[in-house]
This record gives sequence, structure tokens and C-alpha cells, in this order.
Amino acid sequence: MSSLILRTAVPLLVSLMVVFSIFVLFRGHNLPGGGFVGGLIAASGLAVYMIASGPAAVRRALIIHPIGVAGIGILAAALSGVLALFVGGPYLTGLWWLPDNIDIKIVATPVIFDIGVYLTVVGSVAAIALELEEWR
Amino acid sequence: MISQAVLTCFALALFAPFIHQLMRSHSGWVLAIFPASLFVHFLGYVPGVAAGETYREAMPWVETWGVYLSFYVDGLSLVFALLITGIGALIIFYTGGYLAGHPHQGRFYGFMLAFMGSMLGLVLADNLIALFVFWELTSVTSFLLIGFDHQRERARRAAIQALFVTAGGGLAMLAGFVMLGAATGTMEMSEILAGGSLSAHRLYMPILLLVLAGAFTKSAQVPFHFWLPNAMEAPTPVSAYLHSATMVKAGVYLLARMSPALGGTDLWATILPIFGGATLIYGTLLGLRQTDLKLMLAYTTVASLGLLVMLLGLGSEYALLAAALYLIAHSFFKGALFLVAGCVDHQTGTRETVRLGGLMRAMPITAFAALLAGLSMMGIPFFFGFLAKEVIYEATAYADNMWLLTTVAVVGNGLMFTIAALVAWGPFFGRRMETPKAPREGSLYLWLGPLALAVLGLAFGAYPHIPQDLFVTPVASAIAGYEVHHATFPTIPKMGLPLILSGVTVAFGLFIFLIAGWVRAFLNAAGQRMWGPDRGSDQFLAALDFLSRTLVGLLQTGRLRLYITVTLVVLAITLGVPIIAYGLFPSEISVPQAPFHVYGVLLLTVVGALALMFARSRLQAILSMGVTGISVALLFLLFGAPDLAYTQFMVETLSVVIIALVLLRLPVDTYDSRHILPSLRDAAIAGAVGVFFTVLLIAVTARPMDLTLTDYFAAHAYVSAHGRNIVNVILVDFRALDTLGEIVVVMVAGLAALALIKIRRGKLVPPGNGASPDDERGAS
Amino acid sequence: MEPLFAIVIGIMFAITVFLFLSRSFVRIVLGIFMLSNATHLLIFTAGRLTFESPPLIPYDQSVPIEAIANPLPQALILTAIVISFALFAFVLILTYRAYQELGTVDVDEMNASEPRAAASEEAAE
Repeated sequence: MSSLILRTAVPLLVSLMVVFSIFVLFRGHNLPGGGFVGGLIAASGLAVYMIASGPAAVRRALIIHPIGVAGIGILAAALSGVLALFVGGPYLTGLWWLPDNIDIKIVATPVIFDIGVYLTVVGSVAAIALELEEWR
Repeated sequence: MISQAVLTCFALALFAPFIHQLMRSHSGWVLAIFPASLFVHFLGYVPGVAAGETYREAMPWVETWGVYLSFYVDGLSLVFALLITGIGALIIFYTGGYLAGHPHQGRFYGFMLAFMGSMLGLVLADNLIALFVFWELTSVTSFLLIGFDHQRERARRAAIQALFVTAGGGLAMLAGFVMLGAATGTMEMSEILAGGSLSAHRLYMPILLLVLAGAFTKSAQVPFHFWLPNAMEAPTPVSAYLHSATMVKAGVYLLARMSPALGGTDLWATILPIFGGATLIYGTLLGLRQTDLKLMLAYTTVASLGLLVMLLGLGSEYALLAAALYLIAHSFFKGALFLVAGCVDHQTGTRETVRLGGLMRAMPITAFAALLAGLSMMGIPFFFGFLAKEVIYEATAYADNMWLLTTVAVVGNGLMFTIAALVAWGPFFGRRMETPKAPREGSLYLWLGPLALAVLGLAFGAYPHIPQDLFVTPVASAIAGYEVHHATFPTIPKMGLPLILSGVTVAFGLFIFLIAGWVRAFLNAAGQRMWGPDRGSDQFLAALDFLSRTLVGLLQTGRLRLYITVTLVVLAITLGVPIIAYGLFPSEISVPQAPFHVYGVLLLTVVGALALMFARSRLQAILSMGVTGISVALLFLLFGAPDLAYTQFMVETLSVVIIALVLLRLPVDTYDSRHILPSLRDAAIAGAVGVFFTVLLIAVTARPMDLTLTDYFAAHAYVSAHGRNIVNVILVDFRALDTLGEIVVVMVAGLAALALIKIRRGKLVPPGNGASPDDERGAS
Repeated sequence: MEPLFAIVIGIMFAITVFLFLSRSFVRIVLGIFMLSNATHLLIFTAGRLTFESPPLIPYDQSVPIEAIANPLPQALILTAIVISFALFAFVLILTYRAYQELGTVDVDEMNASEPRAAASEEAAE
């Protein structure tokens, strides 16, 4: 698409969408949001980028193949559960790092799992969209 | 220890082919060491069992369903276990010579040992489900062994037929077992038997009939006898082991085992002697018709099994003692004779009695074994078989239907005498005949087994109190369910009715032997081209085959619309039948109170859906889908599901991208190309499904809801999982394994879409060169 | 509220079935879209409807105090939405591929060209 306005606005818009998607991902544990929605938002950001600058630019931005991103996501989600086996719980038991003096609840296996979900959704949807765009 | 004994059989079966490769010509005796040591192990139980003790051990299997891998040793199961391991050792040893050089000898050992494990499990199992599993395992291993020579069509047919009959009977038996479990509240046989007779229970008759179906098919009772003679397609060690000494007795074992619980009723005492007696006479008559050594023996096995069933049906103390005696005696002489028949076949190249004669000089040891076993089978004094026959007559002569039963027993035994003489005497004595191979004595492998069994028959006959004290009385007690007072039957016959009957039997048998050729001709003429269950089973299978072909032709037409229609009609019926049967139609629908905009969104959903149905162009369709999707998202938002709403909004956005990329490339529009009549029919199906879904959902939501899980998640989301969004906590923590599976599905869908796109046009149906796309991708 | 939802869901299922029975493969794909939406609403309604109270725990509480919407069906539907989207994309592409190969989206005409593909597959074996 050759609209100058779109091409100028898109980098800003897309980076905003991706940042927002990550915000939604981490917000998900306490408020509406999470890996699935976050992943879909990021994927639509990539779709906008693709429409404006073409699929090749998106592929460059992603560095690795989108299905590879999805694979990393599944790997992260699957491995996040392995840790529990070492402390004697069943597979995928949530483990939390809860220090006494500071109130953070973000270093935890369920969060890693959610990041895995996010990456899988982004990767799979982006892969389909990119292939379709390049399909002649 | 009992379970290990059973399970190691299977383990060894797995390794038997490798052991054979390692040992080559020595594999026979090396592998025989294992069953022999098991035999010794089980001998260790003999003193305790003879003193009236029982042993039981159990380990959990499927505990929630009450299935235990439990084993039980009493007189009955111990004697069977000894026969299985003892004869098993001899047979494995014999195989070392009989199949020497056969390319699949190792596999054969594996099958045999697997069978041995199954059979041991069958007779030792205490749990009914475990017994059933072992029961079917013997059917499966028997199938493998009958079809061992799988290149021959006849062997394959016999294997399928045997599996079909015995495994089918096993299924009936399973149904009986389940009812038995329901009637008694336990699946452990020892507890059922301790509970006494079930004859008063209202499920008694179905249980008995189903269990009998299992026992009669396995033990080849008329009219299920036909598979056993056909099973003679198997190599001779199999015939001797499975189809005479052990597996076919599983039915007899089951009847004996169940006798305290199911026996003693009029029904039992009517069915068993009728079927048993008919099988005895029918088996001997058919056996007399044959000229093939193995077939003659096979039919006498059928007859012997009938005799055993008849005795179990009588149920008196003498009858049970006779059954126990005959059970052991039969295993010895029939096993030996089968092995002899195998020897003769192996060394001369033929099993036809009419082509065999005068082998005594060439094969003296085999002839000696045959003579001993034959005399035991004929029931000549000083042999174990004679003792069995005496007690049989003791039992029949004092039964209620004395005349009929005694006549049946005398005729049956007499004909068996004749066949024994034909098998054991005919080939070895008389005029020397030309055989395909020049006969000479087989190796140690070939004659040790039959000789050992035959000599044992004589030894037990000579010292009758040993087997009677150690084996026969415990077996009879186990069958009876109480201590049977044993009177030792002496070697030297004493004068009495049984002895007279024995004399009559011998005279009758001798008479028939002398006119055997004439009798055979007569029987052949009578039995020519007669329809029997053997052909019947073929016709039944052919009919099944035809039915399935017709059905497949009818249903698998390759027409997508037919498949979809059938599926959806079935859906409508499945939804509709319970609704109509239980009268779930709501009597009144209350108009709910809700803000105006809720009605608006619901209306929008319906409008979007209807617009999609009537969409004539792609653009209309895309728009209608958007309307439907967004209004569903709004509904989620209104009813407390923001997560769902956001996800649905995002999906709608992305859908537009995907649809735009695909659908706009398709140069087709979405108008309905159906004619009016098919349209009406489809609308009727659609309407039915819609109405049923509505009614079902109203009925479901009108009922109280179980909120156990919801309450648990709500109570623990923050306390245990440190999250305030319960939906997200369920997804990534409580049910994370589900989510893991689901994201895998998402990725697989992405991969599949990619693969579809990557296949270039024209590669799917290659013109002429014949390579399918899968091959190409596999190769690259 | 549930009976009203049930009626809407019934209409959506009826439309799904009607679309499925069409001759055009494209309309069957539209039916798949409608089927997933109808099913999501069905599960949602079967878990009972609660108006405007999302399943969130307030910041000063450790358990929800008021009646909240049932979170369990929501968790089920959330993944179902994403999966049905992926499936829908797949079916769309499948339709287009089928059109490329067979030159039609009419299921009856597709059926007529099926034996050709089957025969060549058999030849390949």
C-alpha cells in the first residue's frame, strides 16, 4: 500500500501496539488480559505493519521464522512446568518468587507459561497472515 | 511368587527368539529348563494343597473398578498348573527336534511361552476380569499358533475360525462374569465360591448360560466343536499342547471352578450331561471316519472333553473323582499319542493310517511309547486310563438316568478304544507299508516327550494311591466345594458292575476295530456332503463380509453432502430423542427483565446470523460475519466476561485480514445454489437441530448447577495462585496442561495452513508420473 | 435471561446446519464460523449468565465477595475462540486450495473430480 501517511504513522502505531500487547499480557493475571489477548493484539500490530510495508519487512523485524516464534512459545510454556518436578510437585504446578520486603508477583512459572501462550499465538497467526500475503 | 511365575513366561516369550538365535540347535532343551523349573516350583505346593490348604496373592491392577491381579492356588488350579508346566517343558523340548531348522523356530518358542503364561494365568487367576484377560490371551496365542504356517490358506482359515469361536465365547463369558460380579458384589472367585450356591439368585440363569457359552466354545462342545479338528493345521507340538492337554480344557476348568457356585441345580444337571454326552458320541463317530492320525486324535479329544463335561454335570462325588482322574489320564495319553503322531509324520512323511504299517522295527521307542499310551487310552488294567474308566462307570451306574448315561459312556469309551487301537497299533504292527520317507527312529528330542508321558500313565496306574492322594482328591474337593472323602481305587480290579462294564467296553471296541474299514465306509457314506457348523461358520463369515460390503457401499459413497446430511440428521435424532422421551419441552417461558440494550445486542446477533445465511456476495458475507462476531463479543462484555470480549474483538479484527486475503481471491459468490425442494428438506433438518438445542439449553439451565469447581477456583485464585483474574489463573495455573495442549493445537493449525499454501499448484494431482506430494516431501 | 439466549443460540445452530447442507463449499466455511460462535455462546449460557460482574477479585480482598460470573466456562471459551480462529483460517485456505486444484467450490462437482485424484493416488502406491 503506497499511502505516505500510513507508511509514516505505521512504525509508531505498530510499536505502540506491541508495547500495549505486552502490557496486556502482564496485566492479565489481575485484570482482563493475558497471553491469548496480548498475542492477538501483537499479531494484529504485525498485520498492520505487513499491510503498510509488506511481508518482507515484517519477516526482517521478527528475525526468526514466525513458526519458530510459536515453537519457542510452546517450549517456554512446556518447560515452565518442568521446574515444579524438581521441588516435588506435579508437572506445571505454579511456583512463585515472593520476597519479603518488596511486593512483586511477576517472577513465577505461570507468568512464563503465559509468555509462552503469547508467543505461540503471535507466531502462529503471523505465520498464516504472512504466508497468505506472499501467496501468489 | 505365583504372579512372577506367570509374568516371567511373557518376559521369556519376548526373548525366546533371541535365545534361539544364540543357542541354535540347543535351544530346545535350554528353553525347556524354564517351564521345568516352574514345574518344580509348583510341585512345592503339592504337600500343602494335599493337606487342604490354599494360597492366594493379589496386587492392584485397576483398583477403582475392583480389578486385581490376584492368583489362587488350590487342588484344581495346582493340577492344571503342573500339567501346563510339566507337559509344557516336554513340548518345548520336543519342538527342539520337531521344528529343527525351521526358519521361524524362534518365533514359535515365543508364541508357545506366551501361551504358557496365558494358560497359567487363566488357571491361577482369582479375579474374574484377570481370568477373562488370560482366557482371551490363550485364544489369541492359539490363533497365532494355528496360523503359524501362515502361508497356507487352510491354516489361516482354521486360525480365524478358532479365534472367532473361542474369543466370541469369551465375550459371552465376560458378560456372564460382569453379571456374576453384580450378583455377588465381588470379582474375586475365592470369595464368590465361599459364598455358596447362586441358584436362588434371579440372575442365575443368564449367568449360567453365558458362562456355559464361554466354556462350551473353548472346550469344543457340540455344536461348537468344529474349530478343534480344523486347528490340527497347527504344528504337532501345538496340537499336543494347546488342543489336547491344556487350552481346550480351559472350558472344563471353568465349569469345574464354578461348580460350587453355579452347579447342583436341575438346569446344570440337565444341560451339561446332554451336551457332554452328545459331544462324546459325535466326537468318537467323526473320529472313526478319519484316516489322518492327528484328525482322529482331535476328534477323540472332542469326545473326551464331552465326557468330562458330562461328568461335571453329574456332580456326584464319584463323578467328580472320575473327572479328576480322567483329566490327568487324558493329558498323559493324548499328549503322548499326539507327539507320537508328530514323530511318525516327521519321520515317514505321512499321517494317513491307511499308508502306515509295520513301523515297529524301524521306530521301536516310538512304537513302545505309542503302545503304552494307547493301552492307557483303551482302558486296559494296570494303566491310569483304566482306573479313570472304572470310576466313570462307578459314577454313571449309580446316577439318576443310569441306563442312558451308562450306555452313552460305554459306547463312547468303546469307540475310543477302537480309535486308540487304530492309532497306536495300526501304524506300528501288521504289514510293512511304503512311506514317502524311509522311516527311522527320531532323535532324543522326538521320543523323550511321548515316552515320558506314556510311562507316567503306567506309573500312576501301578501306584494309584500317589496320584489319588496328591492330586485327584484335592481336585475333586475343589470342584465339589467340600472335602471329598477319598476311597483309593486299587490297581487290581475287583469284581463288580464297573468291571463288567469295562469288559463290555473292550469287547465292543474290539468288535468295531475288527470291522473298522466297513464302519468307516458306512460313516463316510452317511456323512457325505452334510451341512455342518463348520461350513455354517464359513457361510456366517461370508454373510458378515457381504453385509459390511453392502453397508460400506451404501454409506461410503464419497459424496460429501451425504456424509454431512447423515451426520446432522443423527445429531438431530440424538438431541431429539431424550427431549421427547423425557418431555423436556418447557411449559412456559418467562420474559426476563433486562436493560433495553441487551435485547438490542441479541437482536443484532440474530440479524447478523440471518444476513450471513442470505448473503449473496462475498462482501455481504464478510460484513455479516463481522456483525455476528462483534455482537457476540458485546454479549460477552455485558455478561461479565471481559476477557472473552477482548479476545473476540481481536479475533474479529484479524479475521477481516485473513478473510480479505483469502476470500477475495476466490472468484465465487456465496449465493445459495440449491433448488427449492432440497432447500426445504435442509431447512427442516436445520430447524429441528435449532429447536432441539434451544429446548435442551432451557432444560439444562432450569436445573440447579454444580458449582464445586467454580467455587474452588474462586476461593484459591488469589490465596494459592496469587492472581485476581480468575479466568487467567485457570488458564495458566489450575488448568495449565489443558492450555498447553490448546496452544499446541493453535500452532499445528498454523503449520497445516502453511503446508497447504506451500504445496504448489498441480503437485497435488501429478499428471502421469504417479508420485504423490507426500512422497516428494518425505524424500526431500 | 437464559431462555432468551437459548432461542438466539437455537437460531444460530439452525443457520449453521442450513449453511452446512449447502452445495457451495464457501457456504460450508461460513457455517463453520457460525458454528463456533453458537457453540461459544452455548457453553457460556450453560454456565449460567451473570450480568456485568466479571470474575475478578477486588484489590482489598483475597476471595470474591459478591456474586461473580462463572469463570470456568470463560476459561474454556477463551481458548476455544483462539483455536476456532486458527481452524477457520485453515479451512479458508483449504477451500482456496481445493478451488485451485479442482476449479470449483461446488461439493457435488468436487465429488465428480475426486475419483481422478483417488485413482492417481492408487497408481502411486
